[in-house]
Amino acid sequence: MMGDTKTMNMIEAINSALDIMLERDPDVVLMGEDIGYFGGVFRATAGLQAKHGKTRVFDTPISECGIIGAGVGMAAYGLRPVPEIQFADYIYPGLDQLVSEAARLRYRSAGDFICPMTVRSPFGGGIFGGQTHSQSPESLFTHVCGIKTVVPSNPYDAKGLLIAAIEDNDPVIFFEPKRIYNGPFSGYYDRPVEPWSKHAASDVPEDYYRIELGKAGIVREGEALTILTYGTMVHVVQTVVAEMGVDAEIVDLRTLLPLDVEAIEQSVKKTGRCLVVHEATRTSGFGAELAALVQERCFYHLEAPVGRVTGFDTPYPHSLEWAYFPGPVRIASAIEKIMKD
Amino acid sequence: MTGKKSNLAPLRLHIPEPKFRPGDEADFSDVAVPPVDSIARPDEASLPADIQSLAFGLVRVLDNDHQAKGSWNPNLDAEQLRLMLRNMMLTRAFDDRMFRAQRQGKTSFYMKSTGEEATSVATAMALASDDMCFPSYRQQGILLTRGYPIVRMMNQIYSNSQDHLKGRQLPIMYSAPECSFFTISGNLATQYPQAVGWAMASASRGDTRISAVWCGEGSTAEGDFHSAMTFAAVYNAPVILQVVNNQWAISSFSGIAGGERTTFAARGLGYGIASLRVDGNDPLAVYAAMRWAADRARINNGPTFIEYFTYRAEGHSTSDDPGAYRAAKEFEKWPLGDPVDRLKKHLILLGEWSEERHQAQHDELAELVKKTQKEAEANGILGHGMHQPFETMFEDVFEEMPWHLKEQCAQMIDEQHRKFGLEWKPK
Repeated sequence: MMGDTKTMNMIEAINSALDIMLERDPDVVLMGEDIGYFGGVFRATAGLQAKHGKTRVFDTPISECGIIGAGVGMAAYGLRPVPEIQFADYIYPGLDQLVSEAARLRYRSAGDFICPMTVRSPFGGGIFGGQTHSQSPESLFTHVCGIKTVVPSNPYDAKGLLIAAIEDNDPVIFFEPKRIYNGPFSGYYDRPVEPWSKHAASDVPEDYYRIELGKAGIVREGEALTILTYGTMVHVVQTVVAEMGVDAEIVDLRTLLPLDVEAIEQSVKKTGRCLVVHEATRTSGFGAELAALVQERCFYHLEAPVGRVTGFDTPYPHSLEWAYFPGPVRIASAIEKIMKD
Repeated sequence: MTGKKSNLAPLRLHIPEPKFRPGDEADFSDVAVPPVDSIARPDEASLPADIQSLAFGLVRVLDNDHQAKGSWNPNLDAEQLRLMLRNMMLTRAFDDRMFRAQRQGKTSFYMKSTGEEATSVATAMALASDDMCFPSYRQQGILLTRGYPIVRMMNQIYSNSQDHLKGRQLPIMYSAPECSFFTISGNLATQYPQAVGWAMASASRGDTRISAVWCGEGSTAEGDFHSAMTFAAVYNAPVILQVVNNQWAISSFSGIAGGERTTFAARGLGYGIASLRVDGNDPLAVYAAMRWAADRARINNGPTFIEYFTYRAEGHSTSDDPGAYRAAKEFEKWPLGDPVDRLKKHLILLGEWSEERHQAQHDELAELVKKTQKEAEANGILGHGMHQPFETMFEDVFEEMPWHLKEQCAQMIDEQHRKFGLEWKPK
């Protein structure tokens, strides 16, 4: 139905989405640090400048404020900019332009000006990136009114969601979990990396397709408990659930805002138990929002308190990464507890 | 905790202070006012490196004897000069009326541009009408020059039922795409990189329109300013970057923004951007500088950075009292005078204007603004019920309203029912 498919890893799927959108829409422009001739530090834009030209795909100065700010101006002109912020950890100098400008343009001008900009950024840890190349700042953005936040967990979703994000007429933060760029991650850092080619979601149509923003995916159906997660953790959770033989329903949220609250409600009302898993720090993390929503909407269906598995409330420590990361042990303990309660 | 060593002189932290504070007699005799044409107008194709001295001089056209002189003289005809005068006088009349409306409790906030009218009126007249303006909050003169309906500005100031921004924005934070006027932010200098991005987009599309951006000298300290200057230089963007140096950022004098060390115009030099320092109270010099920069941008010679040296005659906004932080009568003593007065005297000298005509125009504009104010007030004033329907607060957060906003909207309607009874209906 969608033409030929090809085995792609996350990088290739993202590259394909960008390539297709540059081809389809002359308003799409890509910019960011090292994304032009070199093709990006993670190679997500490899070959795109040569194919689409320097005025469509170009390098920028090291100024996230300038990148996002110029993007807002380009969007005001009528373009559809897709800037890359090299690491999510570097996004903070551009935060005012995102929070006070991009997110509010439509509202403050009552639709006179809009900001159809998609900010791509690799995020999350597990690559020995230390405290400045490992963060997961998604809850800073879900807290802002006027921005959509998307986190894909596999090549197929990454391409379809990125195309939908670029076509969206509101600003979108598109966080790409860099640990799973080249293969899904079991959570066992000491085991060999499995390539995407062994995963069904690496079978990616070469042509255009969209995955609607705001719709979760059910990765595994189950009856015993619901696990709400996204990004890298989708795969870690799958490993743990398989090892434990627990009949968990795993919901990959895919879009954090707008959130697919229906899918969450439906699942939790069915299973009566809920665990939230994310890599980001715990306090005021997106898990807090999910836990609150679940108790507001499913309280009388719950048989146990909603659990949270997260990164610790410390900066991401370089050498102690695997003690910090919410890996199989932390997840398994939480599942055991929730099933006993 | 100190690491003081007895044989070293103690370090001293410098905190800049203005020369005059309340109670002092302001004296600007040290402000250098070079003669008209002390710097000649260079060719628009000049390389920034060849015209660096322009960042330290002062572009002037109207001399102390009210004659237009020198190579920067734009040689406008009498009709254009009268229009410029009228636009500045309209801006002043509008400001006076709206300031008074705020004092009468009809709105929450207002900001006058008194003394700085040339920096928005003369600049707007030098641009093409579809060149994109990214203003700060004190460029109402652009809208008035471009013929934006005064009643629409007032509706916005009153946040009333006809405010097309639906009562969401602080007064004076206009948005007017039909006048190529970008939505004003309350955050400072954020418009700087945006204007550069707009200009980059225009250039990448082979368009002919350029962009222009304004900020105050205080907000040149923001990171956005420097990001924008870098981007403008790197991509040779067709943008005119302007700083209205009106000496005061609320209560902080220009020295707190770094003005003690060098001119603001000189900041452009480090980026390799052509930079001008202009008498901001000389409408003809402002026009000429903007025209030079616009012509330069249009022939792909890239960005220009302009400092308008001017003076903020009134408070920062209706929320501060300048008498609490600066010397009285500074504006009267400002060596570069008042732009309205200077252009008036020039026109009179040309035999194209008179005190009588000036007074008649003053009265006519005051009457026009007053009449329009009545029209706007028929649509409501702030806090007196004639606001936008409550549920509009949830619109335009996103193109389509997501479930959580629909839920919150229903909650708000329920709250109104509890407050006003079940007969209350959303409009």
